[in-house]
Amino acid sequence: MQDEQLTIGGHVFASRLFTGTGKFAAKDWIPRMLEASESGMITVALRRIDSHGKNENILDFIPKDVVLLPNTSGARTAEEAVRIARIAREAGCGNFIKIEVITDMKYLMPDNYETLRATKVLAGEGFAVLPYVLPDLTLAKKLEEAGAAAIMPLGAPIGTNRGLETKSLIALLIENCRVPVVVDAGIGRPSHAAEAMEMGADAVLVNTAIATAEDPALMGRAFSLAVKAGRLAYMARMAEESALAQASSPLTGFLD
Amino acid sequence: MEIEVRINGTEQWLKECTIEELIAARELAAASLVVEYNGRIVKQAEWNKVRLGQGDVLELLNFVGGG
Repeated sequence: MQDEQLTIGGHVFASRLFTGTGKFAAKDWIPRMLEASESGMITVALRRIDSHGKNENILDFIPKDVVLLPNTSGARTAEEAVRIARIAREAGCGNFIKIEVITDMKYLMPDNYETLRATKVLAGEGFAVLPYVLPDLTLAKKLEEAGAAAIMPLGAPIGTNRGLETKSLIALLIENCRVPVVVDAGIGRPSHAAEAMEMGADAVLVNTAIATAEDPALMGRAFSLAVKAGRLAYMARMAEESALAQASSPLTGFLD
Repeated sequence: MEIEVRINGTEQWLKECTIEELIAARELAAASLVVEYNGRIVKQAEWNKVRLGQGDVLELLNFVGGG
């Protein structure tokens, strides 16, 4: 059975695993991880330069065939997110933008309202907008109407590695959204990624779990395989759960 | 002549200069630098054409790791 292609913002992605550049102990893990994981899109952030330290260029560690997904982290309002997105595009980072507007520093929950406002503006300016949100179906439909290229619901708070705590809400998005659903944040293990893909998520975005592994390249490979396995299981249509045992072998006694 | 310019949120007194001269004087890695000057991006090729003036606002940015 042939899988349908994943297309976001007019770009076809061969891999359904997206990754991030945060938290790597050494940046030269990034190209090794990208090769091992086959991830075709990776996030970066924009900040003021550190005038005291060396400013290593993160973009030097990302091969040219990998799509850059700048995020708007640090934005507290829609206006700030819009400003960051415009700067990133002007700076040559391409057309993709992950909208991330966070004012809650304890749980790092996205501000869905500001995210919707920023999506409207940026989609209107031709960006491929990937909003990072709490999974809320009503909001997701509004994001679609506003022109979002995909919806990125969180599985659990950023960096917690707790998996799909919002599973039933993500399921509603998968069931009802026309645009791709990319599960972002909270995915801590390859099995979490596989679980998201089994549900029918179009892709997953994993940063912390790969970047903070002892061997990020090997973990990238593990996630790549998990995403493929989960996708295949979804396509194969999984058997249903049952409360009672269903024998796999004949129930008659051996010599009956 | 000295001018007061806001660079990355801090007011600073500088000798009048272009963006290019400022970056060279501070030995910043030009290749990775993104310059926002009074709210608009100035591409590297234009750095020598923009002369900083009194009250200008400059953001010196670069891409960093993030998820």
